[in-house]
This record gives sequence, C-alpha cells and structure tokens, in this order.
Amino acid sequence: MTTDQVTTERARPEPIRAVPVRHPGRWITVAVLGVLTAMFVHLLVTNEAFNWSFMVDRMFRPPIIEGLLRGTVLMTVTAMLIGVTLGVVIAVMRLSENPILRGVAWLYTWFFRAVPRLVLLAVFGNIGILWSRIEFGVPFDTQLGQLFGIDNLQLRLFGFSSHDILTGFMAGLLGLALSEAAYMAEIVRAGIQSVDQGQTEAAQALGMSRGQLLRRVVLPQAMRVIIPPTGNETIAMLKDTSLLLYVPVSVELFFQLDAVGNRTFKIFPMYVAACLWYLFLTSILLVGQYFLERHFGKGYGTAGRARLRLRGVAAEAGGNPGEVKP
Amino acid sequence: MTELVIPGQAGAPEAESDLMVRAEQVHKSFGSIEVLKGIDLEVRTGQVCCLLGPSGSGKSTFLRCINHLEKINAGRIWVDGELIGYRQRGDKLYEMREKEVAAQRRAIGMVFQRFNLFPHKTALENVTEAPLLVRREKRAEVREQAAPLLGRREKRAEVRERAAALLERVGLGDRLHSYPSQLSGGQQQRVAIARALAMQPKLMLFDEPTSALDPELVGEVLDVMKDLAREGMTMIVVTHEIGFAREVGDSLVFMDGGVVVEQGNPREVIAAPQHERTKAFLAKVL
Repeated sequence: MTTDQVTTERARPEPIRAVPVRHPGRWITVAVLGVLTAMFVHLLVTNEAFNWSFMVDRMFRPPIIEGLLRGTVLMTVTAMLIGVTLGVVIAVMRLSENPILRGVAWLYTWFFRAVPRLVLLAVFGNIGILWSRIEFGVPFDTQLGQLFGIDNLQLRLFGFSSHDILTGFMAGLLGLALSEAAYMAEIVRAGIQSVDQGQTEAAQALGMSRGQLLRRVVLPQAMRVIIPPTGNETIAMLKDTSLLLYVPVSVELFFQLDAVGNRTFKIFPMYVAACLWYLFLTSILLVGQYFLERHFGKGYGTAGRARLRLRGVAAEAGGNPGEVKP
Repeated sequence: MTELVIPGQAGAPEAESDLMVRAEQVHKSFGSIEVLKGIDLEVRTGQVCCLLGPSGSGKSTFLRCINHLEKINAGRIWVDGELIGYRQRGDKLYEMREKEVAAQRRAIGMVFQRFNLFPHKTALENVTEAPLLVRREKRAEVREQAAPLLGRREKRAEVRERAAALLERVGLGDRLHSYPSQLSGGQQQRVAIARALAMQPKLMLFDEPTSALDPELVGEVLDVMKDLAREGMTMIVVTHEIGFAREVGDSLVFMDGGVVVEQGNPREVIAAPQHERTKAFLAKVL
C-alpha cells in the first residue's frame, strides 16, 4: 500500500519513444504477392477459355439450381442426420460392456472407414445387380423347403422391385450416410471419453441407469468436443456429394455442371462454376459452425474462462474479495 | 424347520436390526494388487463413523464398495439389512441387474473429493436431476398399471421446491441459478451435499469432502456436515480432519494397508492410540 502511494507521488517518467524494429522482409513479400495477384487477375480477364459470360449464363439455370438444392444441400442434410444418429448409436455400442455389441461396432467402423467413399458409392449404385426384387419373409425358405421335401417353398410377406427402392438418390444416400456414421462414431466416442470419469460416478451414485447418465450427463458434456469436428464432417460431406457423379445421381450440382460442359464442349467454365458454387456453400457452413461452437462452448469455453478471469481481475483491483467468489 | 430365509435379508441377524451398515470380511483387488484384505465394520443407525488412515490404505476404495461403485471380490456388505449388489437364495449368490443396483444406490448418498457436479447444469438443476428422473420412471410404472396419471406440473414443482429448500439449508438459497463454474469450491461441495440429500438417503458416504478445498473454505462444508450429523443422519466419512472426527464422530476406524488397525471412540483413540501405526500417523497429522 505504502509503495503504491510513493510511486503516485513521484513524478511520472516520460513515455518511451524508441525506434521500432524494421521489417524489410514484409515489404518484399507484399511486393511479390502484388505481382502474383496482378498476373492472376490478368489471366482471369484476358484468357478466353474462362468464357465468363457463358458461365454466368449457365450456372443459374433451373436444372443446376435443382441439382444444387436436392442433390447437394438435401443430400448433405439427410446423409449427415442419418450419419450422426447412427454414429452415436455405434459409439455407444463400441463403449458398451456387451462384447457382442462392441465387436459389431468395431467391425462396422473397420469396414466403412477402410473402403474409399468413391468405391463405396460405385458399389451401392450397382447393388441392384444382386437382386431384382427385395422381399421380406422367412429367410432361407427355399432351402428349408427342400429339407422337408417341398419344392420351391416361398414364404414371402411383401417385396419391392429394387429398381423402385434403390434409385440413384437412395443408393447415394445409403453410401454417404453409412460411411459417415463410421467417422461420426469415432468422433462421438472421443467426445464421450473426454468427459471426466467422476461425472459417471456421481450419476451412478445418484442411482441413474447407464442410459440415463449417458443421455442426461455424459452426452451433453461430450457435445463440446463433438461439435467442431462434426462441423468439419458436414463441410466434407457437402463436397463429397460431388462423388455422386459415380453412382450416378443425375439431380446433383456437379453432375449437371459436368453435363452442360460435355454437351457444349465448354468444360472449363463449368468446372470454374462448380468451384464457385462449392466455395459459396461451404462459406455459409463455416459461418454456421462458428455460431454452433460458440453456443456449445458456453459455461466453459475460452470465452467463458476469460470472462471469469476478468471478473477476478476486476475484483482484485477493486479490492472486493466478495466479488471474486460470488 | 424353524429357519426361515427372507430374501435379501439372509445372513443379517434380526438382533442387529439397528445396524445401518455391516461389512464382513470385505476383500477387493485391482488386478494382482489386493487393496482391501478383509474389512469388518459396523455402523449403527444415526451414527457418524470416521475412516482415517494414510493414502493408499484403502479407505476410499472401501467407501466405494458400500454403494457398489466397486465390486468386491469376497465378503459381504449389508446396508439397512439389504445385501449390496447381490441377491442371496440359499447358498447361491446372484448378481443384481443394473436397475436393482441403481435402486439400492438411491438410498445411499455420496459426496466426492472433487465434487463432480454436473457443469452444464445450475445448482438447482444439479439437485433436481436425479429425483426428476426417478419420478419419470415411477410415472411409467403407474401408467403400466393403468392408474390415473399424476398431475405432472404439480409434482415437478414439488421436486423443485424441495431442492430449493435443500440448497437453502446448506446456505446457498441465493445461488440456485449459478453454474458450478461460478461457485467457489466450498459452495460447490455444499451443492454436492444437497444433491445427495435430494434422494432422501438413509446413509451418506463422504469421500474426503474437504481435501480439495482451500483451507478457509473447509469450515463451511464441515459445518453443513455437523448439522447433518446432529439431525441424526447415518454417515461414513473418509477424512483427514481430526478435529471433525473428535467433535462429531461416534466411532473412528483407522485403516492401513487394507486392514482395520484400530477402532473405537474417536476421543479415546485420538487421545491415546494403542497401535504403533496409529500413533505414528496421528503424531504426523495432529
């Protein structure tokens, strides 16, 4: 206290006016970048192959917008919904005490993470080759019938032509969602494991069942760890819908742009249009992810901690200890 | 012919019905390390039993065995005449289902060294969480019996009122809507005590409740525990607070190396320990 008073009574020393360190490297970098940017802009404007007017004219046509809405946006949303839900289930199975569930979950993630998405989509696109009809009933009915001496026993309840069910959209959705579930399972598992063991113990001591403590205590806390990588997964999924070209799914952004390019022999402008569309869509998702992370980080994120620290500093400065620990 | 075995009470003699906790030859191993080597313990209803001992002596592990957070390898534990974690029919032991274990745990409150409050819930929500879940389960049972539904709003409000009263009782009536991160350690631990009390337990287990607290905050938690003891709650307290054991404890159990070394009246044991190990320990702590 006394030292404080002494310093305030003495004359305040003159503020420091030192020569700052020079950074010539920065100026050189700026110059080089400036030249490169000028070259790039020059290329964009002068090179005829870009054919900007053609691109702008075609990239907003109805088939392309429909492909964007259904094949890209709707597909991303549904595939992620199924992927996240199934992923949570598989993660919980993986952490279960039941060895059979654990084994099944491991096998699932092993398979769907090992096969490339592109290959998986090609397989699902052609899975109709296996069956012309998909039917529900008693399994192995014909074989069982032979066992009892009945020829060609058929115990089927109902069925569909696989052509009706496994449309391009369904096959693509199945491929993307199932593969996404495998990645989401790993993310959710990491999230669940990041929650302090003490939380589980406290919930158990209160007499909560495993399902209750998972739903009410562990998963809400795991969300903080799960959300950011899930945002990345969504962005990756949006881009991976372009792989639907290989199923094939015709009502899809990249398929449509590619088709226009092939038809008009002006393929390059259409690929540039694809770049611009995907840039636009992912940028929207990035903004969404920012707000999601801020929401789920409340209470303990860096922002929350900084606020608490600020309050502590303010209380110390004000000399009111009652405010440090409210 | 005269022997009648009552399920769930087998082995607990009737004459000792005022025993809240009875442990018999409890053994517990983690892998090849034996942590508990045959613990015998009795705690009467309404009494406060303090477990003392150096770290690694197995006192926390024993406490966690009482509500089946740890499965014991040998021996038996009864709480209020009920065998913990198992059902006995004749000579055979049957493992309890998860739901039955959960039901047993509801009668036993536990307070942890590191509080373990739910950080995403306010003080009030921490306290109401478990009672509301149990209520929901009961309502499902009622529905199965096709009985008229309970008024949902009313009961919910009731649980909340009781929780608020409990928080008031531990001196936190003005912090109902604070998150744990906004509370001091002492306040968090008091919320944890209120949370355990919300299940209206017959027995409270305290696992070093003041060890993670700043020295100036220890008092407020001990005061709440003293009140609780005075109101007749049966408590088992693992602690290093010799003063608390002397003032509030009805019995003191000194453990070392997985066995009970010495037990008796806390004032007598602390004033004149009989065993060398107890003497050495108390000399260091006092």
